[in-house]
Amino acid sequence: MTLLDPTLTGLLYLAAAACFILALKGLNSPRTARRGNLIGAFGALIAVVTVFFSARLDNVPWILGAIAVGSGVAAPVARRVKMTQMPQLVALFNGVGGGAAALVALLELPEADDPWVRLAIVFTLLVGAVSFAGSGITFAKLQELMTTRPVVFPGLPVLMGGVLLLAVGAAVAVVLGGSLALALVLLLLGLLAGVLLVLPVGGADVPIVISLLNAFTGLAVAASGLVLGNVLLVVAGTLVGASGTILTRAMAAAMGRSVAGILFGAFRGGSTAGSTAVSDRPVRSSSAEDVAVLLGYAQRVIIVPGYGLAVAQGQHTAAELAQALESRGIKVDFAIHPVAGRMPGHMNVLLAEANVPYESLKEMGEINSEFKTADVALVVGANDVVNPAAKTSSGSPIYGMPILEVADARQVVFLKRSLRPGFAGIENDLMYEPQTTLLFGDAKESLTKVLGAVKAL
Amino acid sequence: MDGISLLTITVLAVFVGFEVVSKVSSTLHTPLMSGANAIHGIILVGAIIVAGQAAHPWVLAVALLAVVLATANLVGGFVVTDRMLEMFRGRRGNGGRPVPPDGHRPRSEASDSKDGAR
Repeated sequence: MTLLDPTLTGLLYLAAAACFILALKGLNSPRTARRGNLIGAFGALIAVVTVFFSARLDNVPWILGAIAVGSGVAAPVARRVKMTQMPQLVALFNGVGGGAAALVALLELPEADDPWVRLAIVFTLLVGAVSFAGSGITFAKLQELMTTRPVVFPGLPVLMGGVLLLAVGAAVAVVLGGSLALALVLLLLGLLAGVLLVLPVGGADVPIVISLLNAFTGLAVAASGLVLGNVLLVVAGTLVGASGTILTRAMAAAMGRSVAGILFGAFRGGSTAGSTAVSDRPVRSSSAEDVAVLLGYAQRVIIVPGYGLAVAQGQHTAAELAQALESRGIKVDFAIHPVAGRMPGHMNVLLAEANVPYESLKEMGEINSEFKTADVALVVGANDVVNPAAKTSSGSPIYGMPILEVADARQVVFLKRSLRPGFAGIENDLMYEPQTTLLFGDAKESLTKVLGAVKAL
Repeated sequence: MDGISLLTITVLAVFVGFEVVSKVSSTLHTPLMSGANAIHGIILVGAIIVAGQAAHPWVLAVALLAVVLATANLVGGFVVTDRMLEMFRGRRGNGGRPVPPDGHRPRSEASDSKDGAR
């Protein structure tokens, strides 16, 4: 088999890198996003084909077999997964990518005689292992294989500190001496650190951790590119590392939290632990028929979907309700808080799946001034993202988080399971206001009843 | 390639990475995260190189494991992102057929603001 000229190989890798940049660029707008993703996949195809012709490779049948196994497992899972389970699948794919990077680095260690290369190797090993184990725990939390509440135990900070200290020690030893045994120890320490990093994170913050680990894997891949002297890996990994960092910060900012606060908040007896305290102030609860009348005779309705809607799988019913109202000539929009759902932007995906056109999905900045003109704001399974405490009470854990200004609407209707506070564990004063009506029950059941009543009007 | 060139490329890639996502709307945060996730599956290239140069059966076994994991990341990532994006459609028109994204139908004053460069 004739090998490609190194210049041509370089050009093909450059083309693949350009495809990745165009892919990320395309993902900026709903119109171009799908094409962008396909361009990215095309770039990956170019790169994978190129590598087979760029160097003399043995074991090619084995490699092709392994690729077949990997695609054979991943593609059907990715095709079939329910949209509500998507965050954990992304976490899983992210984890295996980090694991692959760590394994590549481990295998390159015996070849590396330059300490700088060994530095890149220990970085890849450690970060890849953290990403692998951390993603595994996020997967378990989202799949509810384990508790979604923060797991904290006395001595956790000390243990974490000890693990990191040992890891640094092992890393220095590997850089200086290149011991494979110590590299394996480093790998195990990285796995342990990944577990300890994610355990104390509460369910609501897990999405941000996925994004952070995604950036980690990107950095690990970039470092492995330095190890192998492969520019494409360097560029692709750095792109993901940089964009992932920005994305993580944007998501955390949308929740009014800092990334450090999320990771280390629980160490300090943090804020997402939640409380179950319920006040005994009076609220106005109502029937589905009353809510239907409120909605059916409004001119403008804004629906505010939250985590509860995603959990109850009520997005299709919500979409149907919006359609039923629109057929009565009512203008209906969905106001999407950046962190609604189980992962930032997740709510948009769920509603898009339910065939809500993306023009109806309004971002917070766009819709907030419009609540004043709305007759009814229908809050479905959301709490913290509409809690005025974020603006008014500086002692509140969510203080500073931008919220949807539902209080500006003439009427506010909450569909909620109970009066229990949201993830942040703080009461929502809005529920006790005179303009507020509550309809208790599972989000999907309540929506179904309201939908039936609207159709009967 | 020498160290300085690699460093230059890395630093430039950091800025490109910051730049391409800095204006992304929160509507697309999830697909963007998923798409970026797929892109780092390109570690497959590294896994293939290591597997192709493996001389010892143990090394080959670990390298092939890396190939399987990286392929899952790469293929699964792009497929799941595509599935998500498949659902982002414009406002439905006649007979429930999706209006092509370019066929912009001004329905109300508010529905036009979404796609512009912001």
